[in-house]
Amino acid sequence: MSEKTEGRGLARAVPSERYWKPRSKAWVAAEGLSLAALLTVNLLMPTVQEVEDLPYRIAVSLGLAFLAGAIVVSIFNEKARSRLYHHAQFVFALALVLIAWDLVTEKSDLLPLPFFPSAAQILQVIVEDYEKLLISTAYSLRLLVVGFAIGTVSGLATGIFLGWYRQWGYWVFPTVKIMSVIPATAWIPVAMIVFPSSFGAEVFLIVLSVWSPVAYMTATGIAGIPKAHIEAALTLGADERFLLFKVAVPGAMPSIFIGIYTATGLSFATLVVSEMIGAKAGLGWYINWAKSWSNYAKVYASIVIMAILFSLVMDLIFKLRDRALVWQKGLIK
Amino acid sequence: MSAEARTTEGAIKVEGVGRTYVDAYGHEVEALRGIDLFVNPGEFVSLIGASGCGKTTLLRLISGLDKPQAGKLFLDGTEIAGPSHERGLVFQQANLFPWETIEDNIAAGLKARRVYKEKKKEVQRYIDMTGLKGFERTYPHQVSGGMAQRASLARALINDPKVLLLDEPLGALDAFTRMDLQDRLLELWGERGTTMILVTHDVDEAVYLSDRIVIMTPRPGKIEEIIPLSSPRPRSRGDPEFLELRTLILEKLHFVSRPKGPEYFL
Repeated sequence: MSEKTEGRGLARAVPSERYWKPRSKAWVAAEGLSLAALLTVNLLMPTVQEVEDLPYRIAVSLGLAFLAGAIVVSIFNEKARSRLYHHAQFVFALALVLIAWDLVTEKSDLLPLPFFPSAAQILQVIVEDYEKLLISTAYSLRLLVVGFAIGTVSGLATGIFLGWYRQWGYWVFPTVKIMSVIPATAWIPVAMIVFPSSFGAEVFLIVLSVWSPVAYMTATGIAGIPKAHIEAALTLGADERFLLFKVAVPGAMPSIFIGIYTATGLSFATLVVSEMIGAKAGLGWYINWAKSWSNYAKVYASIVIMAILFSLVMDLIFKLRDRALVWQKGLIK
Repeated sequence: MSAEARTTEGAIKVEGVGRTYVDAYGHEVEALRGIDLFVNPGEFVSLIGASGCGKTTLLRLISGLDKPQAGKLFLDGTEIAGPSHERGLVFQQANLFPWETIEDNIAAGLKARRVYKEKKKEVQRYIDMTGLKGFERTYPHQVSGGMAQRASLARALINDPKVLLLDEPLGALDAFTRMDLQDRLLELWGERGTTMILVTHDVDEAVYLSDRIVIMTPRPGKIEEIIPLSSPRPRSRGDPEFLELRTLILEKLHFVSRPKGPEYFL
């Protein structure tokens, strides 16, 4: 079906599932106006706190420019149009929230400093302290990648053993079960003694937080493979290697990915906490360091960067899952 | 249509086989007792009987997925010790691997036996043979039940088994698809001369396809009677001889499953 026939008739009557909000020009106008108001308020109202507003104003202007660009593109592109309409209400509300934030912080000093800085001040910190933040981000990312990789691989190996060999499952599965209910961060005192370097201790904690859910879900996934699949493979001439790697593991993939994204969430928490105890750098360390100076704008700056970084990691995990489980598409919702 | 293609291999001998299992409630169920059966190379034999007569158990014993507690089973004189690609099995539900495409499912046997590289070309041949052209890249849940069952058939046949075991493979399909697949099965059988052992509860199907029909009775499962069918194929379902045989078998099945005498007086 061509874009044209789809766009004109059907799509308007039956809105697409993803972009289902009303296609109203009024909301786009409201979106533009609210963003303009945000910029105007920040520009014209006197600021009572000591803030460098320039980065914030540039950011809001970029937002406005982006909206203008989106409107132009949407004239020619059907998909861009539905996206524009769909997000209009949300951006409108977001701009209102930002105006309110501006008003209760730098425009009135209503919320106490330094605990509740303005958005402009947080952005200012990110711009001014970008070097330290960049290094911290790189440190955190390195820790996450190393810990996550070791944790996932060892978790998969453990889970395959426990799920496939009954004896292994009998003896070792209780350990995995117990370990999976203990937060990895509870082992901080032990990790600090056992590992000579703080990096080693941090990696160990993340490995621990990833290993147990991955091992647990891999083991249950493999143990839960329908007997009929195994029997079908046997009558086709399968040996044990084929059964394990071409039947049990692919069949357990949905379960394995549940383990992996549970582990992802846990690893974020473990990362931040473990960086707060012994690290010399990292986003968790940065929060702790900023807090000791009572520089809350920096605390928020680190949180903002975490939000972006961790979202990207999560997205990557979901993309990997969608690729690995493409056969499930349409099978379950 | 004849079964001359391969008539020296694929003989199944069942000798005094018995099998008892424990059901979900802890009761012992004697699924089979004293089963003797010889299936000739290239023969098409159907096992028919009321549920619980052990026909599926017998098929599983021949496949090697289950082991007898008494007696022995042989393929061409060699005792059956476990599952093998020489005895292909087609299940009632197509039982394809949901994570593989239709094409990869059909190729699974070649990969399992590590002969995929040499026999890669076979895959397309079997896809064409079972009319699945154009669906190679789809996943099992995206195709109809009939197509899934054809893929399942191709998956078993690509291994070139000496014996093909069919466990009610058409039972879950609608009447039209079933008749279509029965003809396809006969065609494949005629070309290859593979020994076929079919478990079914559909008398029409058994009469339409078989050289011999084995009637089994439950509790304990045993062979009641073996009926040879000599009429040439393709058989016509409306033929007087066909209908007569059908009635005869239905009567036998009904008679043996009827209570021996009145159990209650009012």
